[in-house]
Amino acid sequence: MYPKEFRYTREHEWMALEGNRARVGITHYAQDHLGDVVFVELPGIGRALRKGESFGVVESVKTVSDIYAPIGGRVVEVNEALTTSPELINQDPHGRGWMLVVEVENPAEAADLLNSEAYEEYLKEAGH
Amino acid sequence: MDGFENLKKTPLFDVHQKYGGRIIDFGGWALPVQYSGIVEEHRAVRTAAGLFDVSHMGEFLVTGPAALAFLQKAVTNDVSRLADNQIQYSPMCYENGGTVDDLLIYRFGPKEYLLVVNASNTEKDFAWLSDLTRGFPGVSLSNISSQWAELALQGPRAEAILQGLTGFDLKEIDYYWFRPRVDIKGIRVLVSRTGYTGEDGFEIYCAPDDASFLWEALMEGGEDQGLLPAGLGARDTLRFEARMPLYGHELDENTSPLEAGLGSFVSFGKGDFVGRVALLAQREQGLKRKLVGFEMVGRGVPRAHYPILQAGQEVGYVSTGSFSPTLEKNIGLGFVPPAWARVGTELEIGIRGKGVKAIVVKTPFYRRP
Repeated sequence: MYPKEFRYTREHEWMALEGNRARVGITHYAQDHLGDVVFVELPGIGRALRKGESFGVVESVKTVSDIYAPIGGRVVEVNEALTTSPELINQDPHGRGWMLVVEVENPAEAADLLNSEAYEEYLKEAGH
Repeated sequence: MDGFENLKKTPLFDVHQKYGGRIIDFGGWALPVQYSGIVEEHRAVRTAAGLFDVSHMGEFLVTGPAALAFLQKAVTNDVSRLADNQIQYSPMCYENGGTVDDLLIYRFGPKEYLLVVNASNTEKDFAWLSDLTRGFPGVSLSNISSQWAELALQGPRAEAILQGLTGFDLKEIDYYWFRPRVDIKGIRVLVSRTGYTGEDGFEIYCAPDDASFLWEALMEGGEDQGLLPAGLGARDTLRFEARMPLYGHELDENTSPLEAGLGSFVSFGKGDFVGRVALLAQREQGLKRKLVGFEMVGRGVPRAHYPILQAGQEVGYVSTGSFSPTLEKNIGLGFVPPAWARVGTELEIGIRGKGVKAIVVKTPFYRRP
């Protein structure tokens, strides 16, 4: 369910490092918990994000949730497909439902993120 | 231990878990917000049928020779227009015109009525009505909420599904009429052609012990008709598209039925009722605010309590807002001064500190074909 090469936050974002770039999205658990996603608001390209900063909003029929940057960096790509097809986040949260790519400034910031095993353990402990 | 020890449960609690319902705390009740997903359930109700547990609703029995006089005093609509087996929707007001609740009134006979009230208001309503009975010695009021379970079968195929389970010809029940004793697969229920979705459909009242059997019978009967179990999430988006008010959103103790656009359920001609003086004054002096429907022009989902702006100034607020699964647009209801209420008026909705364009549109947003 949760790709081994990803790293995860306790707020249910995932991050995939590709060289000095990190692709970011929300986890299967997050999308399942939200339900049908109907709206996504993402930052513009070029915006600098600090680790832990709220960079956007994902809304389901009933809920509005902030999304937090798992790592700091400058936004270099945004998934424009989500504007017209936010349901991609439900259909393929770890793939086509990605949100943005940042150019990472300090890879060491990833150190406190969870690996897939630790994230699954975290979900279990939290009674998810 | 199921995590819901402190919540009230309907007789269908176990059934909801069996069907994969996601249980939430809804005003102290453990109820499913969704099963397969709000959008899918919503569409099932618009195109086929959905089955809801609404057993949390409150039910009061009003009986006695003064029952009608009492109800005429308590609610804003004209209850004398009801015939036996007929139902009426009515707001119920405070003296200042604010709203206590909105409810359905079922007339069994000239001296016997059933009131169905919002779950979250049951205790408040009962206390309020109990106080009012003091002026009416010939009335007995009882809270029978725990003696009833209630299921809502809603959607264009609701009649066909229910008809498959009964020998009674459902065509005999028109919109806002009921039959107190209908045999459904051997159990006796009250069937009314009412609902909170904007579709044709039925609300079925039964004994709590019969609720699971009835649910399963309906699910089985609707299997090849596209029937889905539906939760509170879809119930809310469905009623919202049909512009049916929800207490706490379009109505509350500071909002009158006139402001909420429910003037046709306020009968000034029937004689005295609680709130009449205040509502008459509102009508004569003109309303300070009105409920309007709007559609987002800019990107964003309006939500309850977001401000409504005109030239950067806050002029009102959103009472309900959501993505509309039927229209596939972001729409809302909100209160604004009458000057901004005309269809076509441009408004802005304050979303996370930014004004996002919206336009006033006609309501209901959805009317069944």
